[in-house]
Amino acid sequence: MANDGVLALTWNRVRLLKESPVGMIGAFLVLFWLFVAIFAPWIAPFDPNANNMDALIDPTPSAVNWLGTDNSGRDILSRIIWGSRTVFAVAPLAVLCAYAIGCMMGLMAGYYRGWVDDLVNRISDIVLSFPAIVLYIIVIMRFGASANNIILAVIFISSPQITRIVRGMTLELREREYVAAAKMRGESALYIMLVEILPNARGPLIVDACLRLGYTTIAIGVLGFLGLGLPPPDPDWGGMVKETYAMMSIYPHMSLFPAAAISSLVVGLSLLADGMREISIRD
Amino acid sequence: MLAFLSKRIALLAFTMLVVSALVFAAFEFTPGQVARKVLGPFATQNQVDILNEKMGLNRPVIVRYSEWLGNTLTGDLGFSTLYKTEVNSIIWDRLGNTLLLAGTAFAVIVPLSIILGIAAGMREGSILDRSISVGSIVTTSVPEFASGVFLASIFVIWLGWLPGTSSLDTGAGWSLWQQLILPVTVMVLYDLGYVVRMVRASMVEVMTRPYIRTAVLKGLSFRAVIMKHALRNAMIAPFTVILLQINYLITGVVVVEAVFAYPGFGRMLLEAALSQDVAVVEAAALFAVLVSVSTQIAGDLGYMMLNPRIRFS
Repeated sequence: MANDGVLALTWNRVRLLKESPVGMIGAFLVLFWLFVAIFAPWIAPFDPNANNMDALIDPTPSAVNWLGTDNSGRDILSRIIWGSRTVFAVAPLAVLCAYAIGCMMGLMAGYYRGWVDDLVNRISDIVLSFPAIVLYIIVIMRFGASANNIILAVIFISSPQITRIVRGMTLELREREYVAAAKMRGESALYIMLVEILPNARGPLIVDACLRLGYTTIAIGVLGFLGLGLPPPDPDWGGMVKETYAMMSIYPHMSLFPAAAISSLVVGLSLLADGMREISIRD
Repeated sequence: MLAFLSKRIALLAFTMLVVSALVFAAFEFTPGQVARKVLGPFATQNQVDILNEKMGLNRPVIVRYSEWLGNTLTGDLGFSTLYKTEVNSIIWDRLGNTLLLAGTAFAVIVPLSIILGIAAGMREGSILDRSISVGSIVTTSVPEFASGVFLASIFVIWLGWLPGTSSLDTGAGWSLWQQLILPVTVMVLYDLGYVVRMVRASMVEVMTRPYIRTAVLKGLSFRAVIMKHALRNAMIAPFTVILLQINYLITGVVVVEAVFAYPGFGRMLLEAALSQDVAVVEAAALFAVLVSVSTQIAGDLGYMMLNPRIRFS
């Protein structure tokens, strides 16, 4: 199991994505938002938190404010552009940390089995028996609303799910010849888990990570919408909908545009995951 | 079977105990805050201290937790500091309303997702399969508050066919069912996709089995193959998934109730959490866990009955 092979195989997979139209649409949507997030300061026409009270006379879309302004006279286009930064700063970091913990727990449970497995399973069972939203509400209420706490909550909720997937794959992969060969060579358990088992479990994990990024984006949006998200005034898509939802009957554009923004990103991530799954079934 | 059941129920009780202790501990930061919330920002420290004394908040955590546990076990869920009444006198109404919402959604999701999943899975890779699969991915990817915004702008603001809020109060001229349509649709759209994909995957797998090939080769019509041979076998795996879906419904309920101002359990939980109302959050969390774990147990039992090859010990 040479390491350079892993990179080459991953790249092959990316190239194969061209054959899945659905996956390409997903990749396009995700790359579009990634581009917007990276270049936000240069793309956004206005300061996302600047209040233009004159615009409140007619906050609907115009030549100056392409998507109109919100209830405080802030340019919606600029807020959506800056809001993409919030998502791309919080979601990948949260998913990455959840993966670090979930992979380690899953590998240990599947590799050592016995009491380690039992302990990990009991903990996962308890966390998973909570409906996610109840956990989110309690974690955010206890520790307050901030980017760090949202990340903590996502790690807490996602890592047991990742643990289950990794454990299942480890149970299967630990019986392979190359694992037996590594044991024979006298490699440490940590080496076997991280170098022999984990890279061979990557297919389903990449697809899951992509879907999980989508769920996490939804979770960030939902927390914002419920008033448990990032503190104002920094733009976040869920919070933008919450602030303007009460005015929907007069100015629906204020809620519609941020709702469309978050939906298009999550749809993109899900389609990308579907495209990758399609490819992984083929080879 | 009986041993399996009692083991699972014991685990359920243990989980609920852990959950209740966790929630209790989570709210245990500064005990003064509860009294402060009740009395408002203009109360003097003296008044806060008196209320703390009266509510027994100055006693050690362990004492208060065991007292709460004892009360809960005898059916007394405590006093809500937010709604200024016994938890028992509000939670049952709210649970009933949520049961109506979630039950209606569930009654739509299950048959619809089975039909769509089977239609997609019976001919893998067909146009019908691809459209149902991609369509269900898209609806599942749109967050509930966003689809609430989309549907409300079409059916409430543009067409004026449905009410934008569902307070269940029929005084404004909207019937109960008209008020339920939008919240139920939002939940169905979001939760449908996952079950559709599971039914489809299971159907695709069943269609490759030798007994299906035998049925086709002995000259049965496609319809008979699907109805008589594939359907029952394809339903085993998604059965558990459908019951696990109840867990997602609970999450969905909180969001949908917030979107449509629906007087249910989810909104109660959110409001209570926002104002640090421990008694209500405790009761709500316990109900949520009770529902989700007991459906998991029911899922395992049903799986066992549908699939005679599996026996739990």
